[in-house]
Amino acid sequence: METEFDVIVIGAGPAGAAAAVEAAARGLKVLVVDENAAGGGQVYRASAIGKEEKGPGKDLRRALAESGATVVFNRRCWLIEPGFRVHCTAPDRNELYHAPALIVAAGARERVVPVPGWTLPGVIGLAAATALIKAQKVLPGRRVVVAGRGPLLPYVAYMIVKNGGEVAALIDRNGPQDWLSKSLDVAARPGLALEGAGWIAALIRARVPSYFRSAVSRVRGDGEAEGVDIVGLDKNGNVRTQTKSIGCDAVCMGDGLAPSVEITQLLKADHVFDAVQGGWRVTADPWGRTSTANLYACGDGTGIKGAAAAPFAGRIAAIAAASDLGRLSKKDAEKAIASLSRQHDRASRFGAAMTALTAPDVRGLSLIGEDTVVCRCEGVTRRDIVSAVQRGAQSVNAIKSATRCGMGPCGARMCGDVTAALLSAEMNKPLAEIAPMTPRPPLKPVNLEPMMAEFSYSDIPMPEPAPL
Amino acid sequence: MTAGDYDLIVVGGGIMGASAALRASHGGMRVKLLEALEIGSGASGVNAGTLSLQIKRVKLMPYALAGHALWERAGDAVGYRRTGGLTLAFTDQEAELLEHRMTLKKEAGAPIDFVGKNFIREKAPALTDAVVAASWCESDGYANSSLTGVYYRALLREAGVDYSEFSPVTGIDPSRDGGFSVQTGSARIAGKRLLLASGFGLQETMAMLGVDIPVRVRINTVSVTERGPKLLDCIVGHATGLLTMKQKTNGTVLIGGGWQGVRDAETGRGEVRADTLNPNLQLAQYAAPGLSSFRLVRTWTGFEANVSDFYPLAGRLPGYDNAFVLGCVRGGYTIGPYIGQLMGDLILGRVPEKPLFDPERLIDTTYATSGERLGT
Repeated sequence: METEFDVIVIGAGPAGAAAAVEAAARGLKVLVVDENAAGGGQVYRASAIGKEEKGPGKDLRRALAESGATVVFNRRCWLIEPGFRVHCTAPDRNELYHAPALIVAAGARERVVPVPGWTLPGVIGLAAATALIKAQKVLPGRRVVVAGRGPLLPYVAYMIVKNGGEVAALIDRNGPQDWLSKSLDVAARPGLALEGAGWIAALIRARVPSYFRSAVSRVRGDGEAEGVDIVGLDKNGNVRTQTKSIGCDAVCMGDGLAPSVEITQLLKADHVFDAVQGGWRVTADPWGRTSTANLYACGDGTGIKGAAAAPFAGRIAAIAAASDLGRLSKKDAEKAIASLSRQHDRASRFGAAMTALTAPDVRGLSLIGEDTVVCRCEGVTRRDIVSAVQRGAQSVNAIKSATRCGMGPCGARMCGDVTAALLSAEMNKPLAEIAPMTPRPPLKPVNLEPMMAEFSYSDIPMPEPAPL
Repeated sequence: MTAGDYDLIVVGGGIMGASAALRASHGGMRVKLLEALEIGSGASGVNAGTLSLQIKRVKLMPYALAGHALWERAGDAVGYRRTGGLTLAFTDQEAELLEHRMTLKKEAGAPIDFVGKNFIREKAPALTDAVVAASWCESDGYANSSLTGVYYRALLREAGVDYSEFSPVTGIDPSRDGGFSVQTGSARIAGKRLLLASGFGLQETMAMLGVDIPVRVRINTVSVTERGPKLLDCIVGHATGLLTMKQKTNGTVLIGGGWQGVRDAETGRGEVRADTLNPNLQLAQYAAPGLSSFRLVRTWTGFEANVSDFYPLAGRLPGYDNAFVLGCVRGGYTIGPYIGQLMGDLILGRVPEKPLFDPERLIDTTYATSGERLGT
């Protein structure tokens, strides 16, 4: 197996796949690494069952397969060292790849603001629900409550209805006027606007009860989700009224997407807090270059702009890499990027407007109970976190040390944002001034068996022992 | 007030700085502690937490025994567990090293015994049977270094030590009355005495007062697994000192041994490197083969400072009557709380119950000026 490449692309979603296709077309030797079984990312996740349906996902997978790029799937990338050395595990072994340029297209992660009962079986994230439905054709439940914020809300409800499920309620923290305020940006992508209108029409036809400017205040159930309590919110997000309880057997809830920045953080690129683009994101210049030499970023890691903009960003990063590696003249690169940038900016408008509907904030914290688990890996409650702050913790790192919050296998992906928001509220400091937890490798938990593979004792390179 | 607002300013809020600050405060001094980042966030808070007499230097054994007792007394507040510890040799050469070293450590007062395969099988059935020789120390165990910050913050508050976090010291000037003026951010703080306990930053801090003692930094790698099934009851080490391993009560396995990461020149941060992480984990897995079913969940580095002879810097700052320095203690997590107390006693003008380690020994006298004492 070849291990030396000109450029390695992390992630085969819309940004990464486009970057790989473009880089290969420019004559670069390209490797794409992805942890899934097929390309497409979350948005165009391939079905594991039945025949592939027509659409952008199928097109992406075909283009990637025909691009000439080497693609390895089912790889868990656990460490990337400067220069760049990409360590990943296949199911049965460790692999090490090397390239002088790295394009990170790691996508986004889901943000869920906890409420009492959110850890009950039957409660999953909105993005998780889309993965379940797309890949496995399985519905989260028979009678599902869909709650939270942003475009995934109507989309998940639509997918459930379309696949024969019942949506017990659609509960939106935003009000109709919040959505309307984005109508100009929505109109910029008539295709996507029509698609969204189609979802809404389907929900109306199915008589799905909708609650605007409302939230789930509690998931009820004995050992599993059996229903939710709904509250009305005022314009500051505070609880205004107790509305009603609704029975269900599953809850899909989410508060939007946040950029995946673990790789760019570990490679010491600059990041900035940008609420309307999902929170902490890597900064990249118009060519997709981060502040770390030869490290490029594209797609949702640079701010949640959505699947329409991602391919343009991917292609821009690939052209920039080709130019920086001396494989494309600067003039040709400038010309190609100028045109792609215009298309990228147009396509970004829709996604960015949708992301603004889910900007991380301290609203919603009022629904987290004292005893509600915030860090579900380690069972750390809101009370534990607040108590740590009162005992002198001034950073999320100090909260982590004091409580184990964020020390579990998810690496604070689930709890990091909420912990920062709680600290921000407790210290009366803006969210942008709360530094995220110090990132630590491995990027995701890695099985020691494939990582170590076979070795003999005499092969372990022992340095000199410490002085006596 | 001519000689400053504080009786003592401590630069550095790790175990040693905090422990000395507490001692001085309990002795009646008004103490200010300045920490560049957060209390116990450096090596004090990210080391593997091993409390093993088997990896302590012979000459430091009495200090390690006393430090051990202090951690035991801190108990649950620092996650202290006395588990006993096994040190393993897998080759004849390692067995020889083990016998030589453990014999000397035993003579220095550590309750160490050499043990055979039956003993190992009983104490730690998950260990490999490829062990050639082993030693056991009944009093070995561990504490949870993550709790260092919480633990010392509470003590400092209780003692009334005025501490400031995120307060890096950018300049120190001796004042005419023999005290010091310390710059942090836009504030200048005056104190009669000064203790430098800034860990791996000691060389830089001492240089602010014109003292040049080279301090080297080791970038130690530490790793932890996800929670897993019961594997080990006692801590496990290796004859070379290149492995420390313990399973916490929550099922996670913590692995260290001083394998070297690197320090990024630009950010100053430590980074884990696969070419040292992998052999560290291989050694752990060789010792306990069942580890292969665990998942590695996090790995990081901690900075350990040392001077050329690998003995502590603990005493008066050369050339000053009222400035002191404490750091570079090999086995600093174990010994820190105790040597901090000894330093506090020295600062209080008492005679410490055990001798300290005068930094004067590291000043190259050939080039010293004619004994002129600064700041006096």
